[in-house]
Amino acid sequence: MRAFFGNIGRRGFLVWNRAEEFFREISGIYYLTRSTLYCTFIEPLRGKPFKWRPVWTQMEEVGVKSTTIVFLVAFLIGVILAFQTAAQLDRLGALEYVGALVGVSITRELGPLMTALVMAGRVGAAFTAEMGTMKVSDEILALETMALNPVKFLITPRFLAILVMLPCLTVMADVMGILGGFLIGVTTLGIDPIAYYDRSLESMKLQDVITGLIKSGVFAVIIVMVGSYMAFIIEGGAEKVGQNTRTAVVVSMILIIIADLVFTSLFYFVT
Amino acid sequence: MTESVPCMIQVRDLSKSFGEGDKRMTVLDRFNADFETGKITSILGGSGSGKSTVLKHLIGAYRPDSGEIRIDGENVVGLDEEGANRVRKKFGIMFQSGALFNSLNVEDNVALPLREHTRLNESTIRIMVKMKLEMVGLRGAEHLKPAQLSGGMIKRIALARAIALDPKIVFYDEPSAGLDPISIGVIDKLIMDLSRKMRITSVVVTHEIPSAMRISDKIIMLYKGQIIASGSPDEIRHSDDPRVQQFINGSPDGPIPFSKSQKDYAEELKEMSVE
Repeated sequence: MRAFFGNIGRRGFLVWNRAEEFFREISGIYYLTRSTLYCTFIEPLRGKPFKWRPVWTQMEEVGVKSTTIVFLVAFLIGVILAFQTAAQLDRLGALEYVGALVGVSITRELGPLMTALVMAGRVGAAFTAEMGTMKVSDEILALETMALNPVKFLITPRFLAILVMLPCLTVMADVMGILGGFLIGVTTLGIDPIAYYDRSLESMKLQDVITGLIKSGVFAVIIVMVGSYMAFIIEGGAEKVGQNTRTAVVVSMILIIIADLVFTSLFYFVT
Repeated sequence: MTESVPCMIQVRDLSKSFGEGDKRMTVLDRFNADFETGKITSILGGSGSGKSTVLKHLIGAYRPDSGEIRIDGENVVGLDEEGANRVRKKFGIMFQSGALFNSLNVEDNVALPLREHTRLNESTIRIMVKMKLEMVGLRGAEHLKPAQLSGGMIKRIALARAIALDPKIVFYDEPSAGLDPISIGVIDKLIMDLSRKMRITSVVVTHEIPSAMRISDKIIMLYKGQIIASGSPDEIRHSDDPRVQQFINGSPDGPIPFSKSQKDYAEELKEMSVE
């Protein structure tokens, strides 16, 4: 009996430790986000403008070079959705509503979510690995000792780049997903293109797209802040860079899904 | 020549511990040192002697538990970000790894402090970069990336970047670690030239005895966070402290133990049970 409770006590203690650690990390991310927001939006207004060139470079790195994978994933999701829903809707004799279903699920949910998840893996990992290596090789310390703020120097360009590019990619992912559904709908499923188009337009609302974009802005902040935080706390060597890169991807994916849940329930109850 | 303080850097009663509870470990215990203006002072010691910790305090990367660090007459402990940045512009650092920015070429690396902290136009900056590169003997390397440079060249570029803003002080973190003898000679000569010709106060953290003996005006020898000897290279050479002699001669036997463990070997073996 005592052993049993002792065991529970130990487990409980472990869980408590983990939880404490988790909240410490969250508060760390919060402070880093605050100072990033300050460096990005407040400081330029106080006569310390930042350089645009690194922002363009990051935008190309984050946005332009991610288009292929985002297009591919979104297109395939559209195709899969069309196939999945066709079987169910056909039994109800409502096959031409495939377009409505694909359109609504892509713009409301899957477009922003899948794009963010893909980017957490592609870009978030790159953020941690790149800045983590800089941390390990004293480059971040070198910046500080040259009286240059690493947050302004390294995080701000990435923050702005992903904050602009993720919503852009989301819009493109929406288009590609709908296109994927449409192609399958009018070819394999044999739905009349005009009917497909009409049913889609009837049910999709501009509001869906806009809430999707707001969500993707929040996801962008999660990706860049988790990635940067995980890089900045690295102490030690290359092994830690690998570990923290993995943690950054896992944590940002989880936070993205939690944020998505919060938003979806918010929209559900409010509208 | 402006009036300058005789001691560019003064450290008083600097103490630092790491860890918490029973894992608490005192790395520096009431450390005192003076670094004279325009002179080369080396901090010498083995691994774990606390010499890197001293350097990290001097450059403001660590906050001491107690004590005072005066740089150019100003106490830098507890300065806010703005004050710390003002002090940071007075010194340059050559990091052990060089810490060049890998995404930038040599010219942009050296130009970075100039672009960020001065209002010079681009053509002036390029001329200044060329002058700094000439000082370290690497004029013509402007468009190479750090990955294309050898270890010795990386350190020389790092030195060019450290002196870009004409600092009063340059810190050298293990300047000769991992270099071949000729590169070590080149770096030593650069450190001496900069100090003698430009009256730069130099602080060299190293474990290379011959190099430290050659370049230093003063050597501070550390062991377990305590100063065990301090003085000119000759004074150090003729010190009768057995620990200093052991370190200079690099002998494995002596008062500085070879084994890390404090426990008696036989005792520790007896304690281990065999199944």
